[in-house]
Amino acid sequence: MNRPSSQPANATRVAPPLEGPRVYPARPSDVYLFGTCVLDVFFPSAGMDAIRLLEREGIRVHFPQAQSCCGQPAYTSGYTEEARAVARAQLALFAGEWPLVVPSGSCAGMFRHHYRELFRDEPETLALVEALAERTFELAEFLLEVCKVRLEDGGAPVKVALHTSCSARREMGTHLHGRALLAQLSGVERVDHDHESECCGFGGSFSVRMPDISGAMVRDKAAALKGSGAAEVVSADCGCLLNINGCLEKQGDALRGEHLASFLLRRTSAASRGGAK
Amino acid sequence: MSDVAHAPAQPIAFKRNAREALADPQLRRNFRGAMDFLMDKRRSQFPDGDELERLRAFGNRVRARALSKLPELLERLDARLSRNGVKVHWAETVDEANAIVHRIVEQHAAKKIIKGKSMVSEEMEMNHYLGDRGVDCLESDMGEFIVQLRAEKPAHIIMPAIHLNAGQVAQLFHDKLEVDYTEDVDRLIQIGRETLRRNFFEADIGVSGVNFAIAETGTLLLVENEGNGRMSTTVPPVHIAVTGIEKVVENLRDVIPLLSLLTRSATGQAITTYVNMISGPRKADELDGPQEVHLVLLDNGRSQAFADGELRQTLNCIRCGACMNHCPVYTRIGGHAYGTVYPGPIGKIVTPHMLGLDATRDLPTASSMCGACGEVCPVKIPIPSLLRRLREEAVRAPAAAPQHVRGQGAKYSRKETMVWKAWRTLNTSPALYRAALYAGTRLRALMPAHIGPWTDHRSAPKPAARTLHELAREHLGDQ
Amino acid sequence: MNAKERILGKLRGSLQGTTPIVDDYDIELLNEPWRYPPAERVARLRQMLGAVHGESQLSSTTGWPMQVIEALAQRNIGELLIAPTTPHGQQFADFVARTGAPLRLKAYDRPVEEWKDELFFRTPASLTGTLGGIAATGSLVLWPTPQEPRLMSLVPPLHMALLKASEVLDNLYQFMHAHRWADGMPTNALLVSGPSKTADIQQTLAYGAHGPKELLVLILEDA
Repeated sequence: MNRPSSQPANATRVAPPLEGPRVYPARPSDVYLFGTCVLDVFFPSAGMDAIRLLEREGIRVHFPQAQSCCGQPAYTSGYTEEARAVARAQLALFAGEWPLVVPSGSCAGMFRHHYRELFRDEPETLALVEALAERTFELAEFLLEVCKVRLEDGGAPVKVALHTSCSARREMGTHLHGRALLAQLSGVERVDHDHESECCGFGGSFSVRMPDISGAMVRDKAAALKGSGAAEVVSADCGCLLNINGCLEKQGDALRGEHLASFLLRRTSAASRGGAK
Repeated sequence: MSDVAHAPAQPIAFKRNAREALADPQLRRNFRGAMDFLMDKRRSQFPDGDELERLRAFGNRVRARALSKLPELLERLDARLSRNGVKVHWAETVDEANAIVHRIVEQHAAKKIIKGKSMVSEEMEMNHYLGDRGVDCLESDMGEFIVQLRAEKPAHIIMPAIHLNAGQVAQLFHDKLEVDYTEDVDRLIQIGRETLRRNFFEADIGVSGVNFAIAETGTLLLVENEGNGRMSTTVPPVHIAVTGIEKVVENLRDVIPLLSLLTRSATGQAITTYVNMISGPRKADELDGPQEVHLVLLDNGRSQAFADGELRQTLNCIRCGACMNHCPVYTRIGGHAYGTVYPGPIGKIVTPHMLGLDATRDLPTASSMCGACGEVCPVKIPIPSLLRRLREEAVRAPAAAPQHVRGQGAKYSRKETMVWKAWRTLNTSPALYRAALYAGTRLRALMPAHIGPWTDHRSAPKPAARTLHELAREHLGDQ
Repeated sequence: MNAKERILGKLRGSLQGTTPIVDDYDIELLNEPWRYPPAERVARLRQMLGAVHGESQLSSTTGWPMQVIEALAQRNIGELLIAPTTPHGQQFADFVARTGAPLRLKAYDRPVEEWKDELFFRTPASLTGTLGGIAATGSLVLWPTPQEPRLMSLVPPLHMALLKASEVLDNLYQFMHAHRWADGMPTNALLVSGPSKTADIQQTLAYGAHGPKELLVLILEDA
């Protein structure tokens, strides 16, 4: 993906060097939150719960009101110019030193990985992009690795299935962070579901451009979740939640996916160590 | 798909093909079972994740190095093979390649050809071309033999008959080979062996593919388990190998990492039963082997992919099939629905160069971009990135310069372009964005219950009462 | 311009201004994970072979002919294809003559065209030597020669191969390097790892596809 800047555009590309484990900074005083467009409209309370979780850790959250979308829908649809314009608008909002926390793995991956490709021919912007990529964190990752949260479960025993967006799982390792957070909750038993690492079939525009295939995928995912014995489904990705919940609802099933931030806050608000601010 | 074979599917009808495949529960079960099996097999070959990642990076560099000096290596390969007594032919198109093969057939007045497994010969539709000219081509790989009996195309590049279960093969053999019906796989394979054996030495010409062509020594390396590849390249008096121009590697030792990646990724084997290295025809004092060996090097769109630094990565491919084994789309619709020689993720990025984006316009879109393919690719082809790039080429204005891919703009639509321009305006104008979302949430009651294809399988999503922008401002103040 | 020139011209044009990627071959990665103490090489090879239904027996430079005869007797096979001018072919022929073993020896001593039918349908077993073995993958290395042609290891349903223990190396890299393959390859060279097989019908493994149904390797521990 990355090419040394000395190489011309038609040079043969070599895969970027293997990355070692990510080195995490100390807990900061302030963070930016990027809400993401799907969450903004469909799961705003999850965004608020993310803010409360961060505040509970003693962190000041900044939510620039000028933010919109990371640009991913246009980017994956092939409208690169449009994606770049929208991405550029976001870049300007998060120019400070604070970490950027994103309560959605695939959008975090957009900031962390795909902006590099989007701005590869703009050296000046690229420096900004690289710096932002370095301090972009998916919410679960940030809570676990930077805040080093210790969660105290106040809820009743429950079986929970975790779904992670596949791009986030692959680009950000979010499944590991999500699992580690759930493991801190004494009353939560995380159960595996069939073909857990398989895509739920959302894929943004894929779900409407290829409705039959996407539909087959989400029905299989819903069946796997229902068959897992879980009483609750948790995910940190709003696109997947929209897709999976829509399918479960259509099937008349009572099971619904909940955003990880909401789930964590709900389970820990009674017994949290730090207490709500 | 029923047991009655019908006309091969076309990529242009991808959506319809996919819909038909999804409606076939037997097909769905066969593929799910087969893909689970192959994923498990691969996993068992890579217990050490660190070794796997280092080996993939190594494989990527070996392939990239070969591509970075491709013309030089092809010339060296040509020179070394010629020195070894192999006749090398070059073809820009499948028509040229077929004509070359046909000329060799005519020189030998050949009537019968036995084929080892070759995806490039599928690309050429060689059987069809030669069949029209009175030459019989018989497939000898068990899977290829089965699909040929069914007048089908391979459903998978490594396991051609993967869409069928033993019962379906039993019925096929019973019908076509007039043997007693048996679902015993050992027996079925013995029937295949007995049926094909005589054909190996009756054939006038053997045709094979190539896994790696080694420039340094002028060697064609082929991997296989059945022995039909060795038979096809050893028994008939003439051997014709057909391959793509990208298959060359620089040095003999370069095949060591690639071979390991190929067999472990493809079928989860430490190595295949046979690794067959051919460096020339039978010498005067040798008692077997073909008297003549030919190599046909085919371009067929590869030089188009090669022309662009990003798209060139498509040519890293070593045809292991791991991307299809791990693809949730391929798993559900199977190989035939793509209507292409190479199905699955690799097919979606390679076929547009062979047939043009106009003939394959839905293929790059048929991905949820989940990334499973890129994650397992043994030579680290960034398949999702290349799919995205092809989407970009497909929606660019047809006449826009520079032209990278034949059929550019196959999905260009003025209306959709306008929609994305509007999306851009909305998302780069904060006040407009907030106003639009405000309106959207306030009008949530008006959200229709059916919104296009989304609601075929899901209920319509309901906007929340207030946006995060509003809630956050209330909580944090205006920032 | 012919097709070759046109293709090469296009490729060269596409690389204009670029430099070739340097060869940073990672020997360690291909070697280190696949090394075995000398005393364990043969065991590793046998284990890997066994996992793919390749049979192996420990033997010696003088003991193997008897084991060949026993293996054939067990299978009720009365004839064997040999390469009469190879040292092991001669040794075996001498052994059979000396002991009067009830075995018909068939020599591969004429071009295949002259006896295809017999080779394909009336030759149940063969005996060949090997160039060596590879412990990592349980592979035999075969370099067919005019004396010992390539179809010997392919057509008969039972293939028996002699392998000198000292010629078993750790991995393919070491083998290629030690034998200086890059300096020149024979017409045909082969790695053989087990009897022929296929999983083309419903992923069910079946042995004896188009090549040998059985592979028996006799490992000469004192050679």
